[in-house]
Amino acid sequence: MTGLRHRLSASLPPVAFGLAGLALWESLLRITDPRGFVLPPPSEIVAALVDNWSQIWTGTRHTGYVILTGLAAGVILGVLAALLVTRFRSANETITPVATAVNAIPIIALAPVFNAWFGLISPHSNQAVVTVLVFFPVFINVTKGLTQVQPSQIELMRSYAARERQITREVRIPNAMPFFFNSLKIVSSLSVIAAIVAEYFGGRQDALGPMIIQSAGLTRYDDAWAAVFAGAMIGIVLYALAALAERLAMPWHASVREAAR
Amino acid sequence: MSRLEEQLAEIAATDDPIIRDQLIVLAVKRQERRQRLRNSARRTLVFVLFVIGLGLLYMGYKAMGQSTGDRWPIVGGELPVKTNDLIMPPLGDILTSFGRPLRAGGQTLASLIWSSALFTLREAATGFVAGVVIGLAIAVLLLRSRLLERGLLPWVIASQTIPLVAIAPIVVIWANKNLGFLPWEWQKWQSVSLIATYLTFFPVAVSGLRGLKSPEPEALELMDSYASTWGQTLFRLRFPASLPYLFPALKLAATASVVGAIVGEISAGVRGGLGRLILDFAGKYTTGPERLYASVIGAAVLGLFVVGVIGQAERFVLGRRGQEAV
Amino acid sequence: MTECAVRAEGITKVFNQGRPNEVHALSEVDLAIEPGEFVSLIGPSGCGKSTLLRVIASLTEPTEGQITVYGKPAEQARLDRDYGMAFQHSGLFDWRSVARNIELPLELMGWSRDKRQQRAREMLELVKLGQFGDHHPAELSGGMRQRVAIARALSFNPSLLLMDEPFGALDEMTREHMQTELLRIWSETGTTVVFVTHSIPESVYLSSRVVVMSPRPGRISTEIPVDLGGRDADTRESPGFFAKITEVREALRAVEGAE
Repeated sequence: MTGLRHRLSASLPPVAFGLAGLALWESLLRITDPRGFVLPPPSEIVAALVDNWSQIWTGTRHTGYVILTGLAAGVILGVLAALLVTRFRSANETITPVATAVNAIPIIALAPVFNAWFGLISPHSNQAVVTVLVFFPVFINVTKGLTQVQPSQIELMRSYAARERQITREVRIPNAMPFFFNSLKIVSSLSVIAAIVAEYFGGRQDALGPMIIQSAGLTRYDDAWAAVFAGAMIGIVLYALAALAERLAMPWHASVREAAR
Repeated sequence: MSRLEEQLAEIAATDDPIIRDQLIVLAVKRQERRQRLRNSARRTLVFVLFVIGLGLLYMGYKAMGQSTGDRWPIVGGELPVKTNDLIMPPLGDILTSFGRPLRAGGQTLASLIWSSALFTLREAATGFVAGVVIGLAIAVLLLRSRLLERGLLPWVIASQTIPLVAIAPIVVIWANKNLGFLPWEWQKWQSVSLIATYLTFFPVAVSGLRGLKSPEPEALELMDSYASTWGQTLFRLRFPASLPYLFPALKLAATASVVGAIVGEISAGVRGGLGRLILDFAGKYTTGPERLYASVIGAAVLGLFVVGVIGQAERFVLGRRGQEAV
Repeated sequence: MTECAVRAEGITKVFNQGRPNEVHALSEVDLAIEPGEFVSLIGPSGCGKSTLLRVIASLTEPTEGQITVYGKPAEQARLDRDYGMAFQHSGLFDWRSVARNIELPLELMGWSRDKRQQRAREMLELVKLGQFGDHHPAELSGGMRQRVAIARALSFNPSLLLMDEPFGALDEMTREHMQTELLRIWSETGTTVVFVTHSIPESVYLSSRVVVMSPRPGRISTEIPVDLGGRDADTRESPGFFAKITEVREALRAVEGAE
């Protein structure tokens, strides 16, 4: 009861600020820029969303498919690579800095190259961009979590004559969990951006990316924003799923406790 | 032995246990510094080997596909990427294309990529600086007011799920239309910077806030005991304490600003930068695939460069404190 | 009557008042400290000794009661920069050199650069760190860091030095050495010191008076004057020293037994 009341009072400020922001946005535009909105007021975006619902839903499904498959592949590969690399101390020390460096590369620029590889209208090239973009943050974070373990915990396990696999299961993996979920949250929004931008270069023409470009080209900004809104919703849903999974997987973790307080 | 160490050795002859501890600490620090230098040299070497390995992998895959007719050896089945010279131009062609002029007697591809990279760097750097300023301002604002933090922070986080890079064309039109009141004439490339700013401010704001909150309660009490003002505490304690948190965010932001600039150019139709170059060469892919590869390599180098610059700054600033980069 | 350095009257401090997690940290504490005294606060954890120190320093407001420092309200004393503080974790700023750490309070007080540097040099001499001014705290051992922290606390000649377990994180050898240093500095500067500690020998060795506190709610149970004369290496092995240690220990046992 008090927990519920507490959660309500905690969510009050963001909700209030959000509503105030929306009202400000709407009223400001109504007063200053009555026609030809480049940034339309929220009411018109909602109207466009309703009007073009079937088109937007199709785009959301296609883009969502690219995001989900690319994301899943990137996360699985990232975790596997991290597990593999941490088996070998020297490999870990040399590969992680390289991965960090590669992460500095604007991977989205690879989109046209992937188009050449996998075909211009195939979604594979877009999935590949998402996968590569997701791989590095996951790999780097999980590796960090698997290796940055308190030495005393490892020594304790050694004193029990635990095998390396047992140490991994009992110490390293639990330690890596917060890092893993953190990286999931990071890539949840990255993958949306990656997919939509990759769609500029190629892939299905009825996905969200092309829809935004075409609507903007025709100065139908409300339609473009409606498609952007759909993309944002995918990101928010993914983020929420990551946060939910985090809470279910490790109810003991401090940041979860803090959030639940 | 340095002069200081000689002095210390002298003092150590007297029985001051604290000075003796200090000698040990200094020796350990010196050892660590040497280790760090060795590590960074090795890291560079490994990265070079990695790049060479990537090239060998490319050539190996291509050679394999061409000898088997684009099928996996032994197990059979089609390769995911075909290996003809159009899809995978020879590595040698990609490398030599840098030196070749685009038109007979014209500028070389390398010099075009160089000038495009500078153009993109200007967009990215402008956006980066603006993003850092805005991000820090938000961090200070959220630090100042608990209510703002609770009300605004979720929206700052939510803002990143809006794929604003995706709406670069709209941003450009909006900026051209609405930012005329600024004291300078608004340029199209500055709209691209605006997108870089949007991607930059977020990591700076979030990590900045964490960093500003990082001082121990004792350090804050110390400042209070000096009757220090809020501003004095901000500039003398909170801000310097936030730097180890800020630099990793700045590195993220630097990458993001380059991504924002490249993507912004592509969709905003701004000419002169790397993003536009990549788009052009993607369009003319069939007549010169190696040029697309070369320009993508240029973008990769630009990304490495900006992060390298921030990394050097980090090492300089934190190294002077005897701290290590986290 | 001479003016007290610190006069606490009926200090009560309640955290989270009216909420389920309400804590009575201090209850009706009266304490008077004469100028030039060295007073230790000792007691089991939760007895409010650190809270009392913070109330004196005006870092936290008492719920009830009055604190005056040299006849002024504590808040005013803080604004007048009457306090020098040192904590268990030296609280040095990693980004400032040792000398610049010592200059920090002087900077906040608007001293000129020349005067600040001059003063920092003097303080470095006082704590025998002459050649370490340009080093950064990360390069110093724990004992050295505490020396810098003490130099910083004393740099502006505060009339009251407040120390919260400053040697708590040091090993025993370093700790005894620092105690000797602190007594030397105390006798050279003549500052009034309030010193929070967990260690019975430390409290006896350093203080002219040991204040024993009891927990839940925190209050003063006994005050034990210590008159051992000038301290030196032999003091730690003298019968008088052991007798005082026993006295403090028994006072503490009585406190814990009363729980």
